[in-house]
Amino acid sequence: MLQRMTAVAKPAGAGDEREQALIARIRNGETSLFAALIKPYERRVYVAALALLRNEADAQDVAQEAILKAFAHLRQFRGESRFSTWLIQITVNEARMRQRKQHADLFEPIGETDGEDGTYTPRDFADWREIPSEALERSELRTLLAKALASLGQKYREVFLLRDMEHMSIEETAQALGISVASVKTRLLRARLMLRDLLAPSLADGWFSRAPFGKGSKPW
Amino acid sequence: MVVSCEQVWREISNYLEGEVSPDLRAAIAAHLRECKHCTAVLDGTRNVVHLYGDERSIELPAGFSERWQKKLAESMPSPRGTIYGWMLAAAALALISGSFAVARLDRGSGPDLRSYHAEPGRGVPATMMVEVAADGKTFHVPGCKFLHKGESGNVRLIAAAEAIREGYVPCVRCLRQYVNR
Repeated sequence: MLQRMTAVAKPAGAGDEREQALIARIRNGETSLFAALIKPYERRVYVAALALLRNEADAQDVAQEAILKAFAHLRQFRGESRFSTWLIQITVNEARMRQRKQHADLFEPIGETDGEDGTYTPRDFADWREIPSEALERSELRTLLAKALASLGQKYREVFLLRDMEHMSIEETAQALGISVASVKTRLLRARLMLRDLLAPSLADGWFSRAPFGKGSKPW
Repeated sequence: MVVSCEQVWREISNYLEGEVSPDLRAAIAAHLRECKHCTAVLDGTRNVVHLYGDERSIELPAGFSERWQKKLAESMPSPRGTIYGWMLAAAALALISGSFAVARLDRGSGPDLRSYHAEPGRGVPATMMVEVAADGKTFHVPGCKFLHKGESGNVRLIAAAEAIREGYVPCVRCLRQYVNR
């Protein structure tokens, strides 16, 4: 079973109390503390922007804009969700606005218009042994993961990002994206299976023997 | 209960997250013992979740942290223009100058580090707020799980410049981009 399920569901701890105290001090005028509030989440903000925009320069811009917007609107944070959830939601909204400006919807990748209801049939049954976490220190593996993720359609990427990379709960993901819990589950399943199909041939064969998801060669 | 390959694929996410009934879990487990294809799909899917869930899967661009902090500082209201603001700025300047003077007098080229093995940080934003434990050697991003409170349990939230002046060094986990190596 996935370890993070329990991590997401745990009650507020000492770290959350410190965070609440920090937010209270910022609201009372100690604005210079805002950087300390954001710092633990800077990576998550950037990852959210990059996963949605698929472009490092845009992702950095949007991440900065999201942080500035969070500062400007901190008083609107009611504490009904975790601060990190609120911050990531702002980032997702900013990224979507950027996409609209760039008319990215005209160039959606394959998979975006697929129906969600049918059972997804895996294309590749290669036996993929566990990859140790230390392997992520290798830039080749990170590049492989980034390319696979970028090739997913927007609606799958969004759900996968929030649930599996930002570790939000299914319910938080549904709320952040304005979709039903059932849609989150369906899209998440397809996203995970599509990514497995994309990565399995390379990772099962030993890395980089071939890139299975170059232009025009998606397995679905 | 007997399940087909299609049913297993449909339930793989729920199975991984422990959201299937005990009967269905047992049926899927029985299917997996006999079906290499479905086992490969399950293992691969678990790997996908595991790898992308690790924060190292995407690298933070060099300088990203400094850039957003600079933008943030620029966007903050300036105290300039009020008597109170000028007094505050003058007091801060005096404090900083005093700190430098103390550092020069007491320590020569730099502060005495709390750990013989530690390397001082590099490029740490002076005003960044960090946490230090009275018995510790390193300073941390607030909330870092690698902050050990020590026997006294005394943890302070102070500016990074102050922490460095007191001989603390950056945590290699939460502030590794500032570790001088």
